[in-house]
Amino acid sequence: MDAALRQIRVRIRGLSLFPTGLRPWHMVSAIVFGVLGIPIAAGLFLTVLPAFGYLPSIGGEALSLDPWCELFHTPGIATSLRITVTTGLVATLLALVLSFSFCAVVHGRMRDRGAESFLAPLLAAPHAAMAIGLAFLIAPSGWLIRLSNPWLTDYTVPPDIASVHDPWGIALVLGLLVKEMPFLLIVILGALNQIPVGQQMRAGRALGYGQGVVWIKIIAPQVYAQIRLPVYVILAFSLSVVDMALILAPGNPPPLSVVALRWFMAPDVTRYLPAAAAAMLQLLVVVAAIGLWRFGEQGVALIGLWWMTRGGRGVTGEPGLKLAAAFAMIGLALGLGSLVTLAIWSFAWRWPFPDALPSTWSLEIWGRQAHTLIWPLANTITLAGLATVASVFLSIAWLETGDRMGRRRQTAVFHPIYIPLLLPQIAFMFGAQVLVLKLRADGTFLAVAWVHLLFVFPYVLLALVDPWKALDPRYARSASALGASPAGTLIRVKLPILLRPILIASAIGFSVSVAQYLPTLFVGGGRLATLTTEAVAMASGGDRRVVGVFAFLQTLLPFTVYLAALIIPRIVFADRRALSGRT
Amino acid sequence: MTWKTVLTVLAMAGLSMMYGPAQASSRWDEIVSKARGQTVYWNAWGGDERTNSFIDWVGKEVQARYGIIIRQVKLSDTAEAVSRVIAEKTAGRDDDGSVDLIWINGPNFLSMKDKHLLYGPFTQLLPNYRYVDTESKPSNVTDFTIPVDGMESPWRLAQFVFNYDSARVKDVPRTIPDFVPWAKAHPGRFTHPDVHDFMGATFLKQALIELAPDRQRLQQPATDADFEKETAPLWAWYDELKPLLWRHGQQFPANGPAARQLLNDGEIDLSMSFDPAEAAASVESGLLPDTVRTYALSGGTIGNTSFVAIPYNSPHKQAAIVVANFLLDPATQAHAQDIRVLGSFTVLALDKLSAEQRRLFADLPTSPALPTNAELGPVLLEPHPSWMTRITDEWMRRYVK
Repeated sequence: MDAALRQIRVRIRGLSLFPTGLRPWHMVSAIVFGVLGIPIAAGLFLTVLPAFGYLPSIGGEALSLDPWCELFHTPGIATSLRITVTTGLVATLLALVLSFSFCAVVHGRMRDRGAESFLAPLLAAPHAAMAIGLAFLIAPSGWLIRLSNPWLTDYTVPPDIASVHDPWGIALVLGLLVKEMPFLLIVILGALNQIPVGQQMRAGRALGYGQGVVWIKIIAPQVYAQIRLPVYVILAFSLSVVDMALILAPGNPPPLSVVALRWFMAPDVTRYLPAAAAAMLQLLVVVAAIGLWRFGEQGVALIGLWWMTRGGRGVTGEPGLKLAAAFAMIGLALGLGSLVTLAIWSFAWRWPFPDALPSTWSLEIWGRQAHTLIWPLANTITLAGLATVASVFLSIAWLETGDRMGRRRQTAVFHPIYIPLLLPQIAFMFGAQVLVLKLRADGTFLAVAWVHLLFVFPYVLLALVDPWKALDPRYARSASALGASPAGTLIRVKLPILLRPILIASAIGFSVSVAQYLPTLFVGGGRLATLTTEAVAMASGGDRRVVGVFAFLQTLLPFTVYLAALIIPRIVFADRRALSGRT
Repeated sequence: MTWKTVLTVLAMAGLSMMYGPAQASSRWDEIVSKARGQTVYWNAWGGDERTNSFIDWVGKEVQARYGIIIRQVKLSDTAEAVSRVIAEKTAGRDDDGSVDLIWINGPNFLSMKDKHLLYGPFTQLLPNYRYVDTESKPSNVTDFTIPVDGMESPWRLAQFVFNYDSARVKDVPRTIPDFVPWAKAHPGRFTHPDVHDFMGATFLKQALIELAPDRQRLQQPATDADFEKETAPLWAWYDELKPLLWRHGQQFPANGPAARQLLNDGEIDLSMSFDPAEAAASVESGLLPDTVRTYALSGGTIGNTSFVAIPYNSPHKQAAIVVANFLLDPATQAHAQDIRVLGSFTVLALDKLSAEQRRLFADLPTSPALPTNAELGPVLLEPHPSWMTRITDEWMRRYVK
């Protein structure tokens, strides 16, 4: 009944707005789908064809299954597939469990703002930089062992254990965890703001439930319902990550995404075909894993329902939660430690094993790299700036036209707009490369900025949707009632109130752009060097001190933008407490 | 075939010189004047910091002298540049490609030459090419058994050597069979880079040359039957060695510099490089302890030449040619041979240089980690590229599960 009524209402609204309201909405969605949809669709299409043997330029004229045969006959392909699936699923599951436990234990003891600034460097650090730092940290000759050496251990030479590039992919899981957990924490903290946690906690405690049980039984399900999209994004990302895998995952055989990348980059062009097949397999793996995850959700929901209705109380959940929270803390500490190691290496001259700190410090590496840094740095900043500004404009246009249309449609959690975040990049980057080559736009600034936009825009939108929805509509109504035009209302009322979330969304967009590796590599044709492409190219064996310089800078840049996003509202709204973000 | 093509190139070079210096130099002047203002996208493996700095230095020099700007496109694998040119050919971009100059040799050169992706022959246009040693350094004209035919211009020599930390080990293996007893005495203290990397593949090729029943056979393309016969002793040897390697031979450093890092960290005692001066230069720049020493195997080791080539669709061919010529300048070569810069041995024949030019080389600094030419021993020729491809594939088939 309710649903039927709602449908009728939607239809009526659609009809009544048809002559005037639909036009800007159509325009904005046409722009968004043109900007995002065309390259993705073309990229996918131009990758699917070679996966089935069709690539006329290298003599593949007829459709066939040969590329798939070649793919499945590759030595170690089963292991590659297994590593991809296990690392992706385990990393996501662990990130989820640990983040929830962490929030359960610290929520209420820590203010959101405090958490934000504590997590900012971890959020800002690109995946590649984090992976490089983590490898410095946990390697058998890494900082952890060097620090523990005189007291705990007694190594004159590093132990012969595989703590990085290990055959099970544990280092990769750890890397993903360290990077995804902060993201999930921010998302969960955001979701918690939508729930009267304190009230429910008091109610639960009054009914005799332990604090941990209230978290698991009452609060977690409500939070999870809100954060499903980010969880899927993490799952898809973890399954198909390339730059982190190059630095942390095993190499013989490597995960599937690296198999595909190696073939795409091989001198023998005929390898394009199995590469495309591998990219398609990667896509299937992601789709299947999301399906499996959904299936798992339903299972957990069923069991959870039975468990909840059983009504068990008590405090048995507590030690487990605390332990998980402790692990989460260790993960976050590892993340921060990784970033510190980057900085130390960049200022070291000689740092032989097993010294806990460099034996000679020097600014020489920074000085020597200064002029090689300039271009990648300028490219990184300009690309990120362009992509972020365009994304913020598009997001505001999207949300504002949505407001004028009546919301709902374009802010749905599983809107197609988020597809770029769920698709493995390798599955459409080769096709995108062919497309830009055909357009003769490869290696141009605009092409790379455009492909960055594909990933920056959804993140910016994701970050902006909730604050935008949460904005009290009475402000806009009052403004209209006082005679302000819709544009005036937007510029003079809504945007200033939303300044803080807009800046945060920009900072997220900026760091997403800085972190892009594969899109920059493929569409930039290698000619557009960014800090990330340089750092990854050097990470495999390059001079650690130089890698340290690049990776440290790569982290510092988005971090500065984050800090600016936190500080600017305080300055602009120094006299308006509620808008400045101080609580 | 090989010699014939070499002779052709030499004859062409000779002809261009004979046709009066006036004509040659006016052609050269035309190239230089067209090159002014062009930007050369030099695609080069970016994994070596010293090479990157050297390229940077070249960029500054040619900008000052010829008004040419160099942008190094740092590759994690040279094959990236090859596949880029192929992608461009695919898309029909025959005159405004994105690659102007590639640091190349061996299989990548063969691949590009076979697919007609290179511009040339062009070395006869280079005034400095006359200094190149084409007799006692055969790898300058025959790249992995493939005749160069003027399609790429040499710029540095490489010879396969081993580096060890003399503070930790005294005895080192001097032949390929020696590696097994040495590794038994020092389990987990030696490894080679991943076989997908040229350094790892070179280690296996070096072993193949020493162990193959018929070494000459390796100069021809491999066939199925020959491959099995010639590599059988290699695999028997490797099966014994592999479990004694670092990480029990389950994991390998990605490339040469990664292995050098392991040596520096003390994770291994013995590593390898394709550059006799690399260790000395690394000590100089703080990347290795000053107790590291370099040596070659007693029967000699593989040597080859690094070249630069120009893709057929480069829009800045003149500037690329000028850069290739600049790399052959005796002063540039002497600068590159300085261990504080690159330390790579020159491709030039010193006896073709003037006394003054020779002095540039004689005055270079030396280091205890730098081996003498006598210590390096004979240079062995690279096998045909098909052996390398097959060894890598066979290694994958045997050891990747």
